[in-house]
Amino acid sequence: MALLQISEPGQSTAPHQHKWAVGIDLGTTNSLVAAVRSGECTTLPDENGHVILPSVVRYQNTDEKQVGAVALANAELDPTNTLISIKRFMGRAASDVKSSYADLPYQFVGDDDGLVAIDTAAGVKSPVEVSADILSTLKNRAEKTLGDELSGAVITVPAYFDDAQRQCTKDAAALAGLNVLRLLNEPTAAAIAYGLDSQQQGVIAVYDLGGGTFDISILKLTKGVFEVLATGGDSALGGDDFDEVIVSWLREQWDLDSIISPRLSRSLKENAKKAKQTLTDQSTATVNITLDNGTELSAELSKATFESLCTGLINKTLIACRRSLKDADITTDDISEVVMVGGSTRVPLVRQKVESFFKRPPLTSINPDLVVAIGAGIQADILVGNKPDSDLVLLDVIPLSLGIETMGGLVEKIINRNTTIPVAKAQEFTTFKDGQTAMAVHIVQGERELVSDCRSLAKFELRGIPAMAAGAAHIRVTYQVDADGLLSVTAMEKSTGIQSSIQVKPSYGLSDGQIADMLKASMVNAKDDIRLRMLVEQQVEADRLHESLIAAIDADGDLLAEAELNTLSDALAKLLDLRHHQGTEEQLKAQIKHVDDLSQNFAALRMDKSVNAALSGQKVDEV
Amino acid sequence: MNYFELFSIPVAFDVDIDAITDTYRALQKKFHPDRFATAADSEKLAIVQKSSEINDAYTTLKNKVSRAEYILKLRGLDIQHETQTLQEPAFLMQQMEYRERLDDISQLTDMFDAVIAFEQTLDEESALLQNKLTAYIENNENEAAANIIRKMKFMAKLQIELERLEDAQVEF
Repeated sequence: MALLQISEPGQSTAPHQHKWAVGIDLGTTNSLVAAVRSGECTTLPDENGHVILPSVVRYQNTDEKQVGAVALANAELDPTNTLISIKRFMGRAASDVKSSYADLPYQFVGDDDGLVAIDTAAGVKSPVEVSADILSTLKNRAEKTLGDELSGAVITVPAYFDDAQRQCTKDAAALAGLNVLRLLNEPTAAAIAYGLDSQQQGVIAVYDLGGGTFDISILKLTKGVFEVLATGGDSALGGDDFDEVIVSWLREQWDLDSIISPRLSRSLKENAKKAKQTLTDQSTATVNITLDNGTELSAELSKATFESLCTGLINKTLIACRRSLKDADITTDDISEVVMVGGSTRVPLVRQKVESFFKRPPLTSINPDLVVAIGAGIQADILVGNKPDSDLVLLDVIPLSLGIETMGGLVEKIINRNTTIPVAKAQEFTTFKDGQTAMAVHIVQGERELVSDCRSLAKFELRGIPAMAAGAAHIRVTYQVDADGLLSVTAMEKSTGIQSSIQVKPSYGLSDGQIADMLKASMVNAKDDIRLRMLVEQQVEADRLHESLIAAIDADGDLLAEAELNTLSDALAKLLDLRHHQGTEEQLKAQIKHVDDLSQNFAALRMDKSVNAALSGQKVDEV
Repeated sequence: MNYFELFSIPVAFDVDIDAITDTYRALQKKFHPDRFATAADSEKLAIVQKSSEINDAYTTLKNKVSRAEYILKLRGLDIQHETQTLQEPAFLMQQMEYRERLDDISQLTDMFDAVIAFEQTLDEESALLQNKLTAYIENNENEAAANIIRKMKFMAKLQIELERLEDAQVEF
């Protein structure tokens, strides 16, 4: 559905053909893909019938890699080249990762302020590339199972992911050749999977404890509208931490050296995880380990000991729950359902503590490992246009406040956390020195007052401010967050109109150029003709734009003054000419942009007209 | 199109919150970017802006203070970006006393009762201000209304800091 074809909710503009779209849960430990087939959303299996793809990639050499279970099986043999739980490093700075994960068997590289990457037998791999390999595997699986190309995908992210982490996820999808319809928050996806969208009304809490992240979301449902009231969590707390407390306990029991081999480190982690899983329905677990010198060690871990080890971690999640309830301005009495998501909610103590906190038994009927992918699949099917009757709308929020650095290293918040997105906010600043001609804009994310305690997202400079007395210039900084939770920032000096803007990427994400280069590199391997493909993409885009604008002019051309209408028509004619007479990719791209720019005002006018129509229609209904 | 026009209601301080909430949902059902997921990127920009505007309008109209501030702006009195400060010694003195009280509370080992009591004081004070605001706005006494909003911003800051104190207690 194009912008210029605004339709009533629940009505389609034109008959349409079925398109395939999938939901992908790109998890820390496991990843899955799901799609709606014959009206039902199911997770898609690989050729061996497994739906779960372990989020593991092993890089053997420049030409060979393994993804999934086979890679995981080799983790102990080849720990330095087998990348596990890579999601924990998405959008993270090298300095961060090096200090937090010093005992992992990986060779971390990257400048302190730049994105982290890992040196492997196949060269340096960024978390974005590793994630793209996981996503490609799922894309191929889906296309094979569904027997057709995918029109788009919904990729889930933890609700608590910041801008850099979201941007990296989107980059990874682009690198895997997926058209991202939406980044969807995992808890929201789970709520959709439970069918809580249809008839129910009420307030739901979604408690999502995955392998590496924890999320709590409070959602309100009213007549097909999903409003996220508040979200909170910890993007570095999950099942891996439960394993980690067991590993520490084992090392203490056996008095192991502080520095151990990568193999032993991996072996300890795997055995700790198995022990944790055993304790789900047993009262003790035995852990056996072989040291590098061949010595065999054994230990008994009781359920009681394990529970005392992880009580602190679980309490941390409950503090986040309490805070989210407060942010949503409700109490546990207002909650009508609690949904459990993520493999780590299988730990019995987690269920007990969550139940006693919310004073009601949580919903667990859908497998907590699959529920997010299923919800994402349902949403993907709606977004791609297969369910024109659906009027489901998701109103998400940003999880962390967005601010700007002001004098003295302080943060001024521009958009507060838990603000409904999309959102645009502007703030005005001024110069503090006479004759100042440039202003640095430093964009940060977080709740703390000092810049140094927040996440730095990007920096840019507004130059060319005319020399004026201090305080005379008016610089308007606008933050725009889209429905995926991604930020772009514009700064403008008001008297001169001098403008500078940034898509928040450079500090942590990939630049468009980098993505293009990576895509080209991957295409060469696939022996794909990239130039042809890019030309075709522009041609499709040109057709789409032409078609929607002609329809719009037919319907509402009278909204425009004659001169403007003529300019627009001429530009459209030129676009059509290029499209059918050997226009190059660059020419088409430039003309599409030109037509777009010319039609922005027309689009705005049409929307205002449509708002009026929508509301007057509503009043007739009410009479 | 101002926010009242966007929601198809007359410019007035007294609004029916349930009605604007219904309108808000109806508008987002129509203009949320998810309804245009397969549109071209450039087309999405306009829709993101529209949807943002609807969100901002709803937040502004829903809350009494921001609604009053917005009405003043429509009447030509923009206090959102002002640098002017209050010139009322009595009010500022009282603010200083409140700040001292906040400091005292932060020194307590068990601050629970003190926090609740202070919260109540602030709530009562804010309620008084809000009543005055309603009267001033309805009687077109714009400067007086603006002054009340400035005061309410001071009160809001105190409330936020009190919440922070409370939060710091919970996070052991």
